[in-house]
Amino acid sequence: MTLLGNFKRWYRRAGELGAEYYNAPYRSAIARARRDEDDLFMLMVFSETMGIPNPASWYTLELQPLLMERFHDWHQRMGMPHSPLDNFRCC
Amino acid sequence: MSAIVLLILGLGGMAAGYFFYSRFIADKIYKLDPDFETPAHSMEDGVDFVPTNKFVLWGHHFTSVAGAAPIVGPAIAVIWGWLPAFLWVVFGTIFFAGVHDSGAIWASVRNRAQSVGSLTGEVVGPRARSVFMIVIFLVLLMVNAVFGVVIARLLINNPGAVVPVWGAIAVALVIGQLIYRWKLNLAVVSLLGVVALYALIWVGPSVPIALPETTFGLSANAAWILILFAYAAIASLLPVWVLLQPRDYINGLQLFVGLILLYGAMLIANPTVVAPALNVNVPEGTPPLLPLLFVTIACGAISGFHGLVASGTTSKQLNKETDARFVGYFGAIGEGALALAAILAATAGFASLADWQEVYSKFGAGSLKAFVDGGATILSAGTGIDAAVSATMLTVMAALFAGTTMDTGLRLQRYIFQEWGEIYNVAWMRRPVPATLLAVGACILLAFGAGGADGSGGLLIWPLFGTTNQLLAGLTLLVVTVMLVRLGRPTLYTLVPLVFLLVMTLAALLIQLRGFYEKQDWFLFTLDLVVLVAAVLVTLECTASLRRHKKAREAEVEG
Repeated sequence: MTLLGNFKRWYRRAGELGAEYYNAPYRSAIARARRDEDDLFMLMVFSETMGIPNPASWYTLELQPLLMERFHDWHQRMGMPHSPLDNFRCC
Repeated sequence: MSAIVLLILGLGGMAAGYFFYSRFIADKIYKLDPDFETPAHSMEDGVDFVPTNKFVLWGHHFTSVAGAAPIVGPAIAVIWGWLPAFLWVVFGTIFFAGVHDSGAIWASVRNRAQSVGSLTGEVVGPRARSVFMIVIFLVLLMVNAVFGVVIARLLINNPGAVVPVWGAIAVALVIGQLIYRWKLNLAVVSLLGVVALYALIWVGPSVPIALPETTFGLSANAAWILILFAYAAIASLLPVWVLLQPRDYINGLQLFVGLILLYGAMLIANPTVVAPALNVNVPEGTPPLLPLLFVTIACGAISGFHGLVASGTTSKQLNKETDARFVGYFGAIGEGALALAAILAATAGFASLADWQEVYSKFGAGSLKAFVDGGATILSAGTGIDAAVSATMLTVMAALFAGTTMDTGLRLQRYIFQEWGEIYNVAWMRRPVPATLLAVGACILLAFGAGGADGSGGLLIWPLFGTTNQLLAGLTLLVVTVMLVRLGRPTLYTLVPLVFLLVMTLAALLIQLRGFYEKQDWFLFTLDLVVLVAAVLVTLECTASLRRHKKAREAEVEG
């Protein structure tokens, strides 16, 4: 292996170890926070689909910043260059 | 006496401890097995249970256990001279802390990675578990109250550190966003973070910030303590990735850089230890060396807090059982090295004995100030860095340690209140904000209740923190010893530290109790009494449980 190849391999390994060192102590706290966020999202989507009055509606405005990035990625994947919802503009 | 001699003797002794004694303990006593399937594999869930590289796990374990305590304790204890502190740190690390920490990991790994608290309930009995919960709560309470005072004093003694200490929070907030939102490369972000932190340290002394002598009738010390508690409360409520995680990370990096710089500077500057080996001329009011030395230096020699980390998170991530030796024992050595650096800075960083005596004019007066002042002199002489910048660097190092421990401590204390809310069905106590307010309120009560309007109650109770912490270590050693008895293995190597710790802790508590009674300090008297009762209960539980298991083992062998 060339010197450059060795260096790249070493750099990649150091990066992996660094990321593990950064994340290791907080894996469970971050997984919990993510699960909570997903639960709320699930509740909203489920109630909208089934026509059940959404208990989370009051908080939707508060959630907007959290959902913005994901919503933006979604409408772009769906082939819409801009947000299709008038009251939920992201770009 | 040259500081280099002590440095070589200390580090050499600890290295020998790791290469020989820890190998003996791992092979013959704990019998660590490379083929044993650790909970990280058998219970792998990608969240809590994840097999982790041993060097990464060592870094995580070491930075979690290293707080301000291995600096504060030794920097106070050198008041009795450098020799007792040096011997206790070196031998304590080799024969006590390393065995305790690797034992806690081993015990937990062999019991589905349970924490020491639940292990105590299972191995020793439910009564011991209840005592354990009280002891954990007291340790957290004291850590938060003590570190509040420690940081406040640091900021007052070194106004140049105010900008970097608070700036470090801004740096952590930014790198958290860069990593999570912008998905930037970790190596680049780390480099940016460290450079930004050291730039703040460099700028700090030129923009010193001091609070007015009184604000709304509060002294500067009291005002800083309240600001710090307000900050810790907010930090403990934020999602971990926003502040806590990047702050711990950047703090870990700074710890490695700081230690390397300090030791490197010592080797270059070759300072002389001006403090006496044994100080027979201690200031009035200094408690007796025996037994107070062994509770004043807790972290850095042996600390119960390590058992909480070892069994709480480390054991869930252990890739191979044999890694417990490197992670646990070498983790203890890392902290011993930090304590040794504190001893050397607080004894060799002064121009003359008179200078040293001036700082150590009363018990508890040396503390972090001696570490910062002494360490800065050495750092400046060895590396040529400006004296004010060196002092700021060490202040920031100590303040960041204490700060991150406070963040985590307050969060853990909040969890305890929330748990009590669950157990006793108190709805409002289960919510994060009221539980945090209760945790902060308890700390403020301790800081101002014991320390008066100045809010310095934290430092007065430092030896009480030591005793409580040593009790916790005693309980962990008890769990390990009982497991060894059950397995029919030699128990001497954990039993001797256990008995030693209990005797010293009980003696220290009794001496302090008398002191508080004579001073009519009823607040500390009550707190001391609570710890004393817990200590007596632990001792009784130890004896009863060991006897019970020994008899059962003998009956098993005979039968």
